[in-house]
Amino acid sequence: MAKMTKEEVIEVAHLARLAITDEEAEHFADQLEAITNAMELLNELDTENVEPTTHVLQMVNVLREDKSVPGLDRDLVMKNVKEHEGGQVKVPTILE
Amino acid sequence: MSFVEKTAAQLQEMIHTKETTIAEMTEKAFERIEALEPKVDAFLALNKERATQLAKEMDQVPFAERGPLFGLPIGVKDNIVTEGLETTASSRILEGFNPIYNATVVDKLREAGMVTVGKLNMDEFAMGSSNENSYYKKTKNPWNLETVPGGSSGGSAAAVAAGEVPFSLGSDTGGSIRQPAAFCGVVGMKPTYGRVSRFGLIAYASSLDQIGPITRTVNDNALLLNAIAGYDDKDSTSANVEVPDFTSALTGDITGLRIGVPKEYFAEGVGEAAKEAVLDALKVLEERGAICEEISLPHSKYALSTYYILASSEASSNLSRFDGIRYGYRTEKAGSLLEFYMNTRSEGFGDEVKRRIMLGTYALSSGYYDAYYKKAQKVRTLIKKDFDDAFEKYDVIVGPTTPTPAFKIGEIIDDPLTMYANDILTIPVNLAGVPAISIPCGFENGLPLGLQIIGKHFDEETVYRVADVYEKATDFHKKTPQTWEGAAQ
Repeated sequence: MAKMTKEEVIEVAHLARLAITDEEAEHFADQLEAITNAMELLNELDTENVEPTTHVLQMVNVLREDKSVPGLDRDLVMKNVKEHEGGQVKVPTILE
Repeated sequence: MSFVEKTAAQLQEMIHTKETTIAEMTEKAFERIEALEPKVDAFLALNKERATQLAKEMDQVPFAERGPLFGLPIGVKDNIVTEGLETTASSRILEGFNPIYNATVVDKLREAGMVTVGKLNMDEFAMGSSNENSYYKKTKNPWNLETVPGGSSGGSAAAVAAGEVPFSLGSDTGGSIRQPAAFCGVVGMKPTYGRVSRFGLIAYASSLDQIGPITRTVNDNALLLNAIAGYDDKDSTSANVEVPDFTSALTGDITGLRIGVPKEYFAEGVGEAAKEAVLDALKVLEERGAICEEISLPHSKYALSTYYILASSEASSNLSRFDGIRYGYRTEKAGSLLEFYMNTRSEGFGDEVKRRIMLGTYALSSGYYDAYYKKAQKVRTLIKKDFDDAFEKYDVIVGPTTPTPAFKIGEIIDDPLTMYANDILTIPVNLAGVPAISIPCGFENGLPLGLQIIGKHFDEETVYRVADVYEKATDFHKKTPQTWEGAAQ
């Protein structure tokens, strides 16, 4: 594949919701390029008629009766929330 | 009293004959942990107060109601959630996180009567082969404190190797139980995918992750798998299959058993010492009646690339839940909501985690999805087929666990590709979803080497049987590191 540019890394980081500096972007560009180049190895294989395997097990849905059961205790859940008020999680302003 | 030379049965015998009590055993475990931790750095959190209380209560339970693991201490990898005990997956982004429920395996340990003494260090979010990616500390290999214990269950393997605990739980996505077990000279089992519930395991790559036991002996390993295996309706990937008593499989008889030895596992890059140790082990198994033949797993060389595409893709999705809103680390640098997310994640995740999230995001992005992700899914089919074909003729597949013994701390941390290559012999097993064990089979420059025994889906029994025959025929598992001399016994 073509050389991975700093700009591409910044774009990917943005999609992944990661803030990175220009310096980090250059560092990651070199490493990600080396890694993706190594992955080109797979192109040696003709997989035209091969079915993809997403899971090694036969997957089945786990269903339960549709009845209400107590949820997690709210005070307990809030123990892990850094900022909360009146039983609600505080987040930065979304709408000005 | 040291756990180091004792099996579960011997420890139970000591309790039965009143040579010790569960309370005393627990106290001794903490004494030894506290004495060795300055050197080994295997634990992230200790559960001393609750464990001590629990041990006293357990001493009151009548012998008739006790199982084979009752009262024995265990350490748990820090990506397995434990109610009321800090669980961080060795990441800053989960600093201070106190789960409000237990992983299914933790409930099962409790049902078996085991005493959880603490949480064990790991590579952040189980990404790594050396334990150097932990945000908190670098665990050292008890055999040589300048070398890595392996990753990502390095804390779990080092704690057992150092005799801090006789049992631990790890998790294995691409070799993360077997590789550190090999580096630390202990027994590590990755069960069949679906055999052990993943409910409460902080996900890295959901289609590959599997929890498994790390112990000093094969029999103890089978006992611990007995305790944690089984169907769980809280995990949609849990397999609803019968769980046998794995210890009953240890018959000592491998007459006529067919062993496939993949030539690809002896290829360039695999050290001479590792090859020789495995060839010697095969002779031992042949002497006991097994039939060894060379086989080919032709797609082995594609496993590494396949793994890094699939695991990183799944990781980029799984780790999207860490946003600083409901739990864990939260940035001080406020701003818009988007800036809040980005700053929290950048400050909370380490470099290796960021690298894999970005790789996964890239592989899944429009324009690259077919070239990377879908391609890797197809190659996974070919790798799985290699194993299916081999298991039509052979009962187990045997090879080295790792190409070399433990490397030095800092030696390859800046070279991700070389680091990734460390898992080259363990990764195909996760892609195929089959079970595999690593047991000690030799030494190179005083550092342990591991023998890997791979089995058919849900045939841990045969894997254990072969491992047990080999263990009984050799004494590698009886050797102990020098570094703990002088520590509390």
